Amino acid sequence: MNGSIAEFFWVFAVFISMLAFAGFYCILVTRNLIRALIGLEILNKAVTLLFIVVGYITGRQALVQALVITTIVIEVVIIVVAGGVIMSVYRNDESLDVRNLRNLKG
Amino acid sequence: MTNLDLILLILMVVAAVWAVMARSLLKAAIGLAIVSIVITIFMFEFSSPLAAVFELSVCSGLITVIFLSTIGLTRPLSHKELLALARDRGRRYGFLPLLVIACGAVLAFLLLKMPLDLEVAKNTIVAGAREVLWNARHLDLFGQIMILLAGVFGAVLLFRENSTDEW
Repeated sequence: MNGSIAEFFWVFAVFISMLAFAGFYCILVTRNLIRALIGLEILNKAVTLLFIVVGYITGRQALVQALVITTIVIEVVIIVVAGGVIMSVYRNDESLDVRNLRNLKG
Repeated sequence: MTNLDLILLILMVVAAVWAVMARSLLKAAIGLAIVSIVITIFMFEFSSPLAAVFELSVCSGLITVIFLSTIGLTRPLSHKELLALARDRGRRYGFLPLLVIACGAVLAFLLLKMPLDLEVAKNTIVAGAREVLWNARHLDLFGQIMILLAGVFGAVLLFRENSTDEW
């Protein structure tokens, strides 16, 4: 692996890690259900970009595109179902705060 | 690696941090769409046009619409509640830009100090994206169909009317 490709990959790796860190932080810190979903989306986007960069470096764009399309399909399904769950929670509790979801606790 | 790439990467991280920190959820959804658009540009640049079209239409189109409708169907916080939460929010989210920059700086420093030696073999088989997508996959297509069905049934189950409760 020559120097320029390594440099290219590591620049992207640093920024992708920053993106993933923002997503993790969002999921850990937030108390709003919709914002937790946004954090999940940011994590998903970091993974997608990593796929694309690696596919470009190794020259396997075809395989990577198939993987990315599968990832996007799964992402949409997760968002739709999680959005439905969030709306059901809102109908029941009139709130989106995760601290109000402790009815089953204890 | 051009300067434009670097600017786009910085824009992407700033939009992600904005999506996490924005007070209004609508602005957060728009920040997410900006991240998605930047990733689409990278996909076109790295010769993955099929994935780029999917990302542009689905991730920055459909998912933004789903987010906006979810936000619209739930009641946002009132101004008074927002003010009460403002100090708490500042305490919780204020460190995020610093932490993200610190994370990037530490990683960049580590990689400059001790670069990992990656062996990357160039692939000799060059197949078209369509061929891989439709001919090179067998069982995982069933998995994908199952996931789509799970999504459809999940949505049907969640949005069922109350009158058909018992079954």
